[in-house]
Amino acid sequence: MRYVGGVDVGSTQTKAVIIDENKTIVGRALLDMETSMTTVAQDAFKAAMADAGISEDQVVYIVGTGYGRYNVTFGSEQVTEISCHARGAVTLFPGTRTVIDIGGQDTKAIRVKDDGQVGDFTMNDKCAAGTGRFLGAASYALEMPLSELGPLALKSQNPVRITTTCTVFAETEIISHLAKGLLPEDVLLGVHQAITSRCVSLARRVGIESEVTFTGGVSRNVAIVKLLEESAGTKINVSPDAHFCGALGAALFSHDRAFGGQSRTAA
Amino acid sequence: MSIDTLEAPPAAPPPIFDARVEGQRLMRDWYAGLEQAPARGQHVANVFVMGNAVEILRTFDFQLVFPEINSLQTGVRKTSEEYLRLSEDYGMSPDVCSYVKADVGLIIKEHEHPAGRIPKAHIAIASNMCSTFIKWAEIWERMLKTPSFVLDLPGQRAANWQVRPGDAQHAADARWVEAQFRELIERCETITGKRFNMDRLAEVEDQVNKMVFHWNNVMALNRVCPAPFNAMLDGLSYIGIMNVYRGTPEGVEFMRNLEAELKAKVARGEGRVPKERYRLLFSGTPCYVSMRRLVELFETWGGVFAYSDYLTFAAGGMDAGELVYDTSRPLESLAEITALAAQRGLSNQFFAHERLAQQIKDYDVDGIVFHGIKSCRFVSSGMADTRDYLNKRLKMPSLYIESDLIDPRYWSDAQIKNRVDAFFETLHQSGGRAPLTAKATASERTV
Repeated sequence: MRYVGGVDVGSTQTKAVIIDENKTIVGRALLDMETSMTTVAQDAFKAAMADAGISEDQVVYIVGTGYGRYNVTFGSEQVTEISCHARGAVTLFPGTRTVIDIGGQDTKAIRVKDDGQVGDFTMNDKCAAGTGRFLGAASYALEMPLSELGPLALKSQNPVRITTTCTVFAETEIISHLAKGLLPEDVLLGVHQAITSRCVSLARRVGIESEVTFTGGVSRNVAIVKLLEESAGTKINVSPDAHFCGALGAALFSHDRAFGGQSRTAA
Repeated sequence: MSIDTLEAPPAAPPPIFDARVEGQRLMRDWYAGLEQAPARGQHVANVFVMGNAVEILRTFDFQLVFPEINSLQTGVRKTSEEYLRLSEDYGMSPDVCSYVKADVGLIIKEHEHPAGRIPKAHIAIASNMCSTFIKWAEIWERMLKTPSFVLDLPGQRAANWQVRPGDAQHAADARWVEAQFRELIERCETITGKRFNMDRLAEVEDQVNKMVFHWNNVMALNRVCPAPFNAMLDGLSYIGIMNVYRGTPEGVEFMRNLEAELKAKVARGEGRVPKERYRLLFSGTPCYVSMRRLVELFETWGGVFAYSDYLTFAAGGMDAGELVYDTSRPLESLAEITALAAQRGLSNQFFAHERLAQQIKDYDVDGIVFHGIKSCRFVSSGMADTRDYLNKRLKMPSLYIESDLIDPRYWSDAQIKNRVDAFFETLHQSGGRAPLTAKATASERTV
């Protein structure tokens, strides 16, 4: 059996996915960006191969994606995460027409055409408000792990309005609210609402059309998912593999190259 | 005057003409002329590229200073940040137009520009073409005691409606502008001690007519595939000469030779991009501090900017085709054309939908790139509407990127490259030709 890979080098984490000739995911890996991008990309790829139980010579094509895609020096080609997230989302949920991806420093909205190709896209610009970094600021201010933020926010009965759009100042605002004695869950729900508001605004620029699929690491946050559904007025698709969606899309482009595919790919 | 009185371009360019080299020489000469103006005892006028009454000023032999061009040149020469920081240290907000801030920095640096010393002006001509022009002139009045003359040029009053030559509204607009020109002439006579010469105005207008004639032909040549020049790199050099040498024999000669050079290039089938894959339209104003890099990001994929509405906007709307001065009645004609050109230049930015749709067809465009300016909402505010219209009406793929005119702090290379790469992937997925594969440079690999 031959395999192909996709490596998504993001701002805070690197994800790698290995798929077989039947496009089935056989290996995954997720590593924090603790060393150089090139080293983490290599380590993530090796970890995904180990997860799949295969050796490097069995992987015939690798596509790099994400901001650090050119650091996938062992890769065969680079494709942007816009194309990769759309491709991954449509594969996980074939009815996808809108993709919302919230990553560490990036939030993007992608309109997918009926044929599954990218129609339009928009991203946050010059500012990390409305991204995972905003949650990171809250995590730091509250001294609470990221995984606990969403469940706690959902307990709020009286959310605080976070007015700043600056991630750096948000931390100050959160601390200020806590110092006034406001409940952490109320402050947190306000933070989640602020992120969702920015994100939905981006999505409206390309047009929100059902089905909407949510990808990226922040999709694991239950409060964001709930708020997005309320704001968009539609159910949001979230896959257990949503975090790997970019890497999956990259692997699928690899599959096109190695085994031939129906999709027009990047180059 | 009609087009048939204009001379035809030569069959071939002079053997030694190189538009890039000649353009650079002309700009160097212009800056040298600025530096030497006080020693010559020449009067100096500050003007903007739109709505500037240059034709009248030339009849009085004013040395023209274009503060916008001075500011953009600090960006081209990678020195803008120093000037911007000086003005911010002085107290100006980061949100203020970066052209204005660079100019205030220039004043603080006692007029020392990277291209030479810029003389103080005896008069500044501003207009309502941009509200910032008026505030900018007020800064000169306050900091340099430069008297200003503000032209009130009637603008388009509603979407999908424009004044046409011969309309009653156009006649009224022209009378309004002409009265202001007569007042300006009196001011110039007082400043220079010279009498206004109507024949000289006709001569200047004749030179402008010839330049515009060749300029229109130059832009039309880029409808050919492959496009002989990149509107947002070569085109920016050409528009600089159009503005600085407007109404001069040097300007006419440059434009005539440029047209001939590009015609020869077209005849050879030679394009700006060796392997042209995508023809693009750039809407908005340039990022002069990183323009070469931005163009490189597109050309690496085989994309060329065949046209830009900036070339109309920054030429004050003079390329609208039928705008030719009647030199038998120079002042009246100047007023008539100014009223029309101002509207064309502005509507190119504000009521751009129909015009862009036509240009997309004329230049056989595959995609449109909108460039928003962080320090100028004036030219960026209508882009979302226009983009939406073109997307829905023509299914035209588009890209929105944002940086600034000359502020390098707003240029984020990784973010912009990511968007450009994704745009080409989208174009290809939409059925376009396979782009050239963009390769990363060493600097794009982060370790």
